[in-house]
Amino acid sequence: MKSILTLLLLTLALPAAAWDLDALMQDLARHKGGRARFVEKKTIALLDKPVSSSGELIYAPPNRLEKRTVLPRPESLVLDGDKLSIDRGKHKLTVRLSEQPEALAFVDSLRGTLTGDKAALERSYKLRLSGSQEKWTLDLLPNDQRIAAFVVRITFGGSRNQVEWIQYLQADGDRSLMTIEPLEAQ
Amino acid sequence: MSRRNGTAVAIWLLALAACLVIVWRSDYTADMSAFLPKSPTATQQLLVEQLKEGSLSRLLMIGIEGSDAADRARLSQDLAARLQASADFASVRNGSAAALARDREILFDHRYLLSPAINKERFSVDGLRQAIGDSIDMLASPVGLMIKGLLARDPTGEMMELLGTVNGGASPATDHGVWVSQDGRRAILMAQTTASGADTDAQERALTALRQAFAAARATTGNGGDEARLLVSGTPVFSVDTRATIRTEVQRLATISATGIVLLLLVVYHSATALVLGLLPVLSGALAGIAAVSLGFGGVHGLTIGFGTTLIGEAVDYSIYYFVQSQAAPPADRRWLEAFWPTVRLGVLTSLCGFASLLFSGFPGLAQLGLYSIAGLLAAAAVTRFVLPHLRPAQFRIRDTSALGHRLARWLNAVTRLRGAVWLLAGIAMLVMFMHRDRLWNTGLADLSPMPAAAMALDQSLRGDLGAPDQRYLVVIRASDREAALQAAERIAAALRPLVDQGVLAGFETPTRFLPSEASQHARQAALPTRADLAARLTPALAELPLRPEKLQPFLDDIATAVRMPLLTQATLAGSTLGLAVDAMLWQRPAGWLALLPLQAPASGASAGSIDPPTISQALSQAGAADALFVDMVAESNRLYTDYLHEAILLSLAGLLAIIVLLGATLRSATRLWRVLAPLLAAVLLVIAALALAGERLTLLHLVGLLLIVAVGSNYALFFDRAEHGHGNEPQTLASLLIANATTVIGFGILAFSKLPILHAIGITVGPGAVLALLFSAILSGGQHADEIS
Repeated sequence: MKSILTLLLLTLALPAAAWDLDALMQDLARHKGGRARFVEKKTIALLDKPVSSSGELIYAPPNRLEKRTVLPRPESLVLDGDKLSIDRGKHKLTVRLSEQPEALAFVDSLRGTLTGDKAALERSYKLRLSGSQEKWTLDLLPNDQRIAAFVVRITFGGSRNQVEWIQYLQADGDRSLMTIEPLEAQ
Repeated sequence: MSRRNGTAVAIWLLALAACLVIVWRSDYTADMSAFLPKSPTATQQLLVEQLKEGSLSRLLMIGIEGSDAADRARLSQDLAARLQASADFASVRNGSAAALARDREILFDHRYLLSPAINKERFSVDGLRQAIGDSIDMLASPVGLMIKGLLARDPTGEMMELLGTVNGGASPATDHGVWVSQDGRRAILMAQTTASGADTDAQERALTALRQAFAAARATTGNGGDEARLLVSGTPVFSVDTRATIRTEVQRLATISATGIVLLLLVVYHSATALVLGLLPVLSGALAGIAAVSLGFGGVHGLTIGFGTTLIGEAVDYSIYYFVQSQAAPPADRRWLEAFWPTVRLGVLTSLCGFASLLFSGFPGLAQLGLYSIAGLLAAAAVTRFVLPHLRPAQFRIRDTSALGHRLARWLNAVTRLRGAVWLLAGIAMLVMFMHRDRLWNTGLADLSPMPAAAMALDQSLRGDLGAPDQRYLVVIRASDREAALQAAERIAAALRPLVDQGVLAGFETPTRFLPSEASQHARQAALPTRADLAARLTPALAELPLRPEKLQPFLDDIATAVRMPLLTQATLAGSTLGLAVDAMLWQRPAGWLALLPLQAPASGASAGSIDPPTISQALSQAGAADALFVDMVAESNRLYTDYLHEAILLSLAGLLAIIVLLGATLRSATRLWRVLAPLLAAVLLVIAALALAGERLTLLHLVGLLLIVAVGSNYALFFDRAEHGHGNEPQTLASLLIANATTVIGFGILAFSKLPILHAIGITVGPGAVLALLFSAILSGGQHADEIS
């Protein structure tokens, strides 16, 4: 009887015990994509108060991520493979990420986390996971000097396979926090 | 008699010496000029200039393959540094961060002269509030990260205005800090030679320097770098390779056909004296031909000399007729002059009619060829007629060819029964031509290009990797000076911009993007406020924004600098990627300046891949630049070729007509005329049909070949005609025809194996055509080949 109970407990405990970085990555990789609302707040030393923006994120794994900002000014940003296209009405801009190390650092962290590509993340960052499967926090610490010159730490927070917030801490002390709220079942 | 001997020989020797001097002093070319029009229209002139001197004519696309990515990147950097240091190269790009940083520095330093957004409004209180507000909004966007560091100096976001235009075009991917192909397996570079594309010698030096630099880079880079390979393409490679191919081909073909003909003649004549004498008309003809072209065109193209091998094949015929037909005994000498020379002379005249039509071609290669052949044939015939009889030793004998002649006569009497078969074949040939009528002719210039398919494929592949412009659609501005060209470019760019918004164009480039006219730069400078004014306006402008004016001191400093700054010039941009872009679109010509605005056709939609000329012309006249040209380079070069083809068809028909008139006037009989022409036409029909069946599309060179079948074949037909009208064909005559035909087939047939499409086309047409012309002339001759012995 006692052994059955132990077995039951073990069975219940097993997923928790086995939950680690690999498991999180597998969870994330299973994300089917979809739409989410976001609010982003940037704190910049040059400015007296933080600037906020909000809008919608549309993710189609593994390569396409669209960020449609509504406020303060409509803007669409599409990340498709190596190409980052920004459309701000009058201004249209296409950036090849490979030519923009700053942008690439962010995109790699975002793309790596969203697709659960641990190998890709570990190429540029040291990963540190804390919390539980229900409420986890993943720190990305750049190990490439070029990236570290811009960003000190990127933190993703979430529950199971859902990223709920992303925080960037830049080398100059500026920081931004984006909160994400899914609009559809995943 | 002996004095007359002396006169003829003396004139010949003098003429030979004169020709030798001219030939010695001639300029020889082997570039693309043979393919370019002699008297071009304004648009064609541009096409020619672009091909010969345009920036694309100096652009080398370089790839490094093999080894690993890090090694290729090191090689790319090392090679770029070496080429930069070399005087042979004006600029080198390999996508290194340093070059990118330099471009950005130039743009940033000159942003108040470059940004199209600069005007007085922009620096009013409202304008500043709007522009700085936009920049702060942009900070909220991911782009903000790129501009955050610049905000204090550039709060109105001029750099963003400029960057938006810089990154618009496709540029290669980067790996290990240098450009790589899409699949990442090749490091790629772009280099521009210092010398003009028209200077093939200098291009050849530059290519050698490039290969040496790569070898040196590989030697210093060490580890595993030994496996790395260099790939090069671009117009300079094409012109250098074309020249080399023409040179080696011409030498190879001339050697092979000369050897073949010499061996054949040795076997036939069995006499070294006869061989030397027999070659005299040929050599005289070749010298006269080259000298005539040199005098007439101011230079000789390698292809013309290549064609000389065929002349050997035809000119040697005259001496063959002379030796073989007059072989019996020395008195026969006079008899030959009386009995045979008129026929040979008519044959020569017929050939001249054929070649004369080429003289009028707008295709310089063909015109040279026409002159070369006319002068060559005339000289060869004259030497045979007037010089050879005097040089011929008294006890001159060649091997008796009468046995061969007798066999031929018996065989001929048998084959005349096949005349029905000739008509049947001609009928089938016409049917085949009718069935292939839609794909008989080649409509592009590309197939005349001497570049092998593999080289074209490499070019395509590197071009794709580099995202190099194809420059198909261009707006071309001609102006008296640089400033006028730039101002016109600005007006035209303003008129084209709405077309981009409407989707008529996907985009366009203009040199004024990085080098605005002085007028525009002055106007922008004049729109900048004084430091005090700007400081006074910033306070109200920033009142409602989260940015305090005291943080914008660097902005005030930069504006104060920009007001007094010297204008941006082409020299300021030198060595940067921006400078390279401007140099490609703006350059000085012997008369005035030329600016190009490459247009990009929309990739999708109703008019995908093409641009409507009237729309652009309308925009040009709106811009007050009606004299600017809109050019579709592909359509233009195809039109050029089509013009050549139509012209060649007309000229060939004129040549044919001239031959008919000449023969008609001499023979004075419709039946005899038909007897001479019928076998030639049948041969032409059969050759066309065979080429069509073989899948070979006819170019204008095939057409020239067809004309040559008539010109050369008429000699055979005339001898058979002569036989039927009172003379009978002696076995010696038959033998001489067969030997003459064999030399013609050797001369032309060798060309069929040439790698140069121009020579191949003529060879594959005339070689078989000459055999058929002789065969059909024999079959249709009526079979009166009296074999005197049997």
